[in-house]
Amino acid sequence: MSTTRSTLRTHWVALRAMLVLTLLLGVGYTAVVTGIGQFALPAQANGSLVRDADGAVVGSALVGQSFADAEGAPLPEWFQPRPSAAGDGYDGGASSGSNFGPENADLVAAITERQAAIGEADGVAPGEIPVDAVTASGSGLDPHISPAYARLQVARVAEARGLPETEVSALVERFVQGRDAGYLGDPTVNVLQLNLALAELVGD
Amino acid sequence: MEVLFAALQAATLALILALLYRPLGDYLARTYTSDRDWRVERGFYRLIGVDPRAEQSWPAYLRGVLAFSLVGLLLVYALQRAQAVLPYSLGLPAVPEGLAFNTAASFVANTNWQSYSPELTVGYTVQLAGLAVQNFVSAAVGIAVAIALVRGFARHGSPTIGNFWVDLVRGCLRVLLPLAIVGAIVLLAGGVVQNFAGFTEVQTLSGGSQQLPGGPVASQEVIKLLGTNGGGFFNANSAHPFENPTAWTNLFEVVLMLAIPFALPRAFGRMVGSNKQGSAILAVMATLFVLSLVALSALEAAGRGTAPELAGGAMEGKETRFGIFGSALFGTTSTLTSTGAVNSMHDSYTALGGMLPMLNMMLGEVAPGGVGSGLYGMLVLAVIAVFIAGLLVGRTPEYLGKKIGPREIKLASLYILVTPTLVLAGTALSFALPGVREDVESTSIWNPGIHGMSEVLYAFTSASNNNGSAFAGLTANTPWFNVALGVAMLLGRFVPIVLVLALAGSLAAQRKVPATAGTLPTHRPQFVGLLLGVTVIVTALTYFPVLTLGPLAEGLN
Repeated sequence: MSTTRSTLRTHWVALRAMLVLTLLLGVGYTAVVTGIGQFALPAQANGSLVRDADGAVVGSALVGQSFADAEGAPLPEWFQPRPSAAGDGYDGGASSGSNFGPENADLVAAITERQAAIGEADGVAPGEIPVDAVTASGSGLDPHISPAYARLQVARVAEARGLPETEVSALVERFVQGRDAGYLGDPTVNVLQLNLALAELVGD
Repeated sequence: MEVLFAALQAATLALILALLYRPLGDYLARTYTSDRDWRVERGFYRLIGVDPRAEQSWPAYLRGVLAFSLVGLLLVYALQRAQAVLPYSLGLPAVPEGLAFNTAASFVANTNWQSYSPELTVGYTVQLAGLAVQNFVSAAVGIAVAIALVRGFARHGSPTIGNFWVDLVRGCLRVLLPLAIVGAIVLLAGGVVQNFAGFTEVQTLSGGSQQLPGGPVASQEVIKLLGTNGGGFFNANSAHPFENPTAWTNLFEVVLMLAIPFALPRAFGRMVGSNKQGSAILAVMATLFVLSLVALSALEAAGRGTAPELAGGAMEGKETRFGIFGSALFGTTSTLTSTGAVNSMHDSYTALGGMLPMLNMMLGEVAPGGVGSGLYGMLVLAVIAVFIAGLLVGRTPEYLGKKIGPREIKLASLYILVTPTLVLAGTALSFALPGVREDVESTSIWNPGIHGMSEVLYAFTSASNNNGSAFAGLTANTPWFNVALGVAMLLGRFVPIVLVLALAGSLAAQRKVPATAGTLPTHRPQFVGLLLGVTVIVTALTYFPVLTLGPLAEGLN
């Protein structure tokens, strides 16, 4: 009898502890961090939004987006991001990698296909295509490509827009971001920001 | 050049952790030995009706752990089932029973396995009132159990091992909450979002449309890592740019995962009255960590396998901003602790590279392991190591002045048998049970052939070791996996806790045995080597056969 009572008592204590902690750590803590974010760091807390010259939000600096037509075919006048496994591509509501294993035949076929497509669009041999151009990222929302892949697309973009290659090339170099602190991570190019500058360049 | 940058990044991490080791370890030791309560804590004890000075025997301490965890399980389950009527649910319906059980078990057991896709399944209220709270408290429970075991070594002739409610409250209020607030601000500055805006539809530059997610992410991201929980706010977890936006936040997140687990050996040393004992444990943990990190980095950089060689590198499932090394560093950290967060998709690692996260978990997550669970796991292995040393030289084994007798060795042996049993039985049953096998093969497995078997092995390894990472191609939201993995997570968490607390009680009751010339010193390199060997051999003998059927077969093919 006393064991039952003490077990019941322990659970009653546990329940009260859980409810108080839920208020403190679930509600109180979240509210404090939200307050700090919204007052001190609102731009970051609200998604690092990027606006075009007219002030319209066109996306987030941190989240990649698709530059393809309604059928999913890449638009040659824009720098292309990496392949994406998030939904139908860069779906912000369905972040995901492909989860294909290294020996998966579907992945091998996809890489071959992407190499052929890029080879044709940019006029290069499959062996010269950087790895990030033919592999899907972990999130499916990778905002970056490698500087090598950006440089590889210069000729195509310049031609599609009727711009001198040197001008587009200079733009790319302006958007090459080095490693954080000089040694963390890999050098990158942010595709949305590069394309935004490109659009402003031609008054698109 | 790449190797140099990687080495510099690793050196930076080592430096930060070295700087944190003493102050954080000492702070932890003070937190759990102080007899002074903060005023807010006294109010808390009055509210829940406990006397903070009342010491508990190990069964009473255990009853507290189990009751608290059971209540947590029911609450998280209830919140998910009631989601349709909760505020800020983003219009999402109730989570189905099987999935709700799996998720509740997962977060209460500090596993944070996710059978669900968060964006499509759970709204903000479930995230913050259910999941984020468990991120705090399940971590605090882990530290409490480790501290109780340390008290077992530190106390002599004592019938009690502390007070669970005090350890729980102090872990939350004095350790996790302040660190979480500081960490959340750093993550916010790096670009992690924190709002209640739901999804925002934007018109993209080329004229399409995109849904941008919102949510209280920073507050949850920091505690998910600090408490070695690992459950992502988003499906892509820490690969998602809103959870882990830059290369430096990536390093910061690695620090968050390692800070407490690597500082706990210092707290242990302080509490047993010899910092050298803590340093010896730290040396074992750090050695294993470095070896594993080098191995995974080298394997991923080499990029062997049909698809990586065709593409020109192992970048499938990895983010450009982290690169190969930033991904390997995060993956190693996440699986050597019990975090299970991912910043790159382990399913897409090279075959042998993908075996490393599995091996890390199979080691029992002791290098440095989850908050609390890493230390108690390593101390149990230390008990086994002194026992083996005792057998070799024919002496009664002792550790820290306590005799390792039949009762202690039985408890330690049972401890190291629990997870292998769950992993191997779970994996075997998935392929042996008629009905289940067909479902596993047709519905759950994503990659064909050998790799598919690795997905199932990974799932049970992750669940039973309370890690939570996955070969995420596996569709685990099926009746079999929701129930089997849910049970594996609960047993993998709480059976070891029962054994550890029983061990703590039995050690605390003993008087101190004075050290003699025949006592094995447990703070010297010799013992560090012995403990390393025991850790590796126990794992290798247990899991080598099943690894040859999965990743080894695939990688050496």
